Amino acid sequence: MTAAIDIAGLRKSYGKTVALDGLDLTVTQGEVHGFLGPNGAGKTTTIRILLGLLRADGGTARLLGGDPWTEATGLHRRLAYVPGDVSLWPNFTGGEVIDLLGRLRGGLDAGRRSSLLERFELDPTIKARAYSKGNRQKVALIAALASDVELLLLDEPTAGLDPLMEASFRTCIEDERQRGRTVLLSSHILSEVEALCDRVTIIRLGRAVESGSLADLRHLTRTSISAELAGPPDGLDQLPGVHALDVEGNRVTCEVDTDKLDGLLRRLSAAGVSSLTSQPPTLEELFLRHYAGDGPAAGSPARDSGGVPA
Amino acid sequence: MNTVTGTGALARLALRRDRTMIAIWVYALTAFVAFTVYGFKKLYPTTAGLNEFIAAAAHNPALLSLYGPLYGNSLGSLTAWRDAALGGIGTGLMSIFIVIRHTRADEETGRLELVGSAVVGRHAALVSALLVACGANIGIGVLMAAAAIALGLPAAGSIAMAAGFAGCGLAFTGVAAVTAQLAQTARSARGLAIGLLGVAFLLRAVGDSAGPGGPRWLSWLSPMGWAELDRAFGPIRWWVLALPVVTVAALATGAALLAVRRDYDAGLLPQRPGPARGAASLGTPLALAWRLQRASLLAWTSGALVWGIVIGSAAKGIGGLLGSEQVKRIMIKLGGQTGLTDAYIAAILSFSGLIAAGYAISVVLRLRSEETSERADPVLATSVSRTAWGLSHLSVAAAGTILILCVAGLGTGLGLTLRSVGGGSVIASNVLAGLAQAPAALVIAGLAALLYGLAPRASAAGSWTVLGVVVLMLFLGATIQLSHWVLDVSPFTHLPKLPGGAVSAVPFVWLSLIAVALAAAGLAGLRRRDIG
Repeated sequence: MTAAIDIAGLRKSYGKTVALDGLDLTVTQGEVHGFLGPNGAGKTTTIRILLGLLRADGGTARLLGGDPWTEATGLHRRLAYVPGDVSLWPNFTGGEVIDLLGRLRGGLDAGRRSSLLERFELDPTIKARAYSKGNRQKVALIAALASDVELLLLDEPTAGLDPLMEASFRTCIEDERQRGRTVLLSSHILSEVEALCDRVTIIRLGRAVESGSLADLRHLTRTSISAELAGPPDGLDQLPGVHALDVEGNRVTCEVDTDKLDGLLRRLSAAGVSSLTSQPPTLEELFLRHYAGDGPAAGSPARDSGGVPA
Repeated sequence: MNTVTGTGALARLALRRDRTMIAIWVYALTAFVAFTVYGFKKLYPTTAGLNEFIAAAAHNPALLSLYGPLYGNSLGSLTAWRDAALGGIGTGLMSIFIVIRHTRADEETGRLELVGSAVVGRHAALVSALLVACGANIGIGVLMAAAAIALGLPAAGSIAMAAGFAGCGLAFTGVAAVTAQLAQTARSARGLAIGLLGVAFLLRAVGDSAGPGGPRWLSWLSPMGWAELDRAFGPIRWWVLALPVVTVAALATGAALLAVRRDYDAGLLPQRPGPARGAASLGTPLALAWRLQRASLLAWTSGALVWGIVIGSAAKGIGGLLGSEQVKRIMIKLGGQTGLTDAYIAAILSFSGLIAAGYAISVVLRLRSEETSERADPVLATSVSRTAWGLSHLSVAAAGTILILCVAGLGTGLGLTLRSVGGGSVIASNVLAGLAQAPAALVIAGLAALLYGLAPRASAAGSWTVLGVVVLMLFLGATIQLSHWVLDVSPFTHLPKLPGGAVSAVPFVWLSLIAVALAAAGLAGLRRRDIG
């Protein structure tokens, strides 16, 4: 299967500011791909290059098998885009914008249009100037989702939506996946990415620092262990892959590289386990590790959200 | 915290943002007056020549409607008379731009919301915008008076003249403060205020050209009329200068009262729900451009019609009334031909050509504002090519410019006919004479398109500067006797003087080709650069 998006060594600078510094990104057809990164990491620049709005300084970008710069017009018939900050013509109603953008793209499905309006509870007769940020975002989302396209490029599409609407958005993306469409979802909302995405690419300072399925990525990171033992443990600090070890009498807390989990558990059971809690690595942890930029040596990140008791 | 807390800080912010723009306005308007004095000195070195010209001009209704009445017979009166129209329009436009920029435009973009959440009073933004605009007008007044005195004009008259122009700016500072409350977008607030500036010009034009027993009092209703009714360099009426001060105070108070009656980012005109579906025709880039531009085209076209009718009807019997060689000479210098009525109309229509060029620039620059507001992105992310998108707005610019000029010519012809010197053929020849201005106006539009394509950041400032230079060339070129090498740079120099002049297709073809080439180069640039 060909890749819907294939980016290699992509570079883009604005004057002296380097936005993309050799980015690699592959999105295979039919997958929902999460695109994560801190503000200013280059996510929007990447998407704007894919849309042919910006010209890359170096590297290659292929979109649906074509060149996003020279074949923009033809490729755009096959994709829909939702910007992060939706700006609409103040005198147009939401319904007019949806129809206009849909027609400019080559037509939209009237049935889907009305069911999406219902699902997102959007009043299409209101002038755009009166819409809140969330409602403007809904207009762009409906225009994109109601079109019959192969690829959706979504740049932080839920930033202004309330939790109920975010739930509707997730259902919609799930539907898109069922239809076999490809989605590139740039997001800051990790629970959203964890729930929706098959694969994830984390970008930092214009480079991809991590890419793979969520399971793969989890494997790269650490599991937190806290255990109560029958007797004092022995030689834990000698084990490979064990970090932040803290032993207080019979209580042990530590972090362990997920691929070294087995060795640690053997050693613990040898000492006799009376209680054990393990927390799998969350995307947030992975994310924070890269955001902080210090790699695995960084201290134990907070785990107050997204953690699942094992 | 009272309602004007933070005004000082906001005024400093506004000055910081506008320092270049205000400086350009102040120096350009001062230079305009200084060059006029200098030019008339060279043109009429003897008192006799000056007197002959003044005697002729003082009784010509066409010149009166264009420039207003002449008070006194000195170099100073001639300067004040000649510069009244453009000086008042200049200070008026500057004031409108400053006030709207720091009130409604900031509110529309949400910048004011950020500022308003800080320790800033409800009226602080409005008051600071008014202070900055009034300050700029006072600056113009002081510099202009100083320049005129330095060039040897009497001190009292110089001060009265400069104060008259600054007063027109003050009055429109107040007008813009009110329109900023009424309209919901900066674009329409600005349009409304500029429309009222046009009304002020027409009231003065009709009032000044009216004979005894005619509606001369109309001039008293116009801030632009006040600028000449103070009779600088004649027996000065100082009290007239109080009128703009009272006006700005009253309008500012009115604006503040209106402001407390509305919500942030809302206008006073109510919002109605619109159609739930886009019209079937709303599905092409051209339809989008037309939808975005049609309201402004309608306003400009109606303005052109009214302007044409008023100016045309003021031309009554010019030819027979005064055949002075001096008047003919000055009209020819202004862009006219030998037949006085034709000369007058030709001068007026070349002025219309400049106005239409201003319209064309504003339409072309819409591309830039669509781009910077990120409304272009979703459109260009559909199957619309950049060329098609750019071309859609350029087409509206070209068609709109042609329409406005034809309507201005039509209005002039109708005006002439109303005063029983016209008829079907006069109307037709005036429409054609209006249309003949189009190629030059379109060259200016093409230049704006070129700047937009190649240097988008400089496109607004660059295009308006070009138009400003062309306007000054038309108004000052003959007076200060610029070399034809300089004058030839302006596309308007190459047009035949119509109606009445000899017509050759050559300049039209050349100018049209240049306009098309410039626009094509602009589109090519747009295709190659980054958007945003």
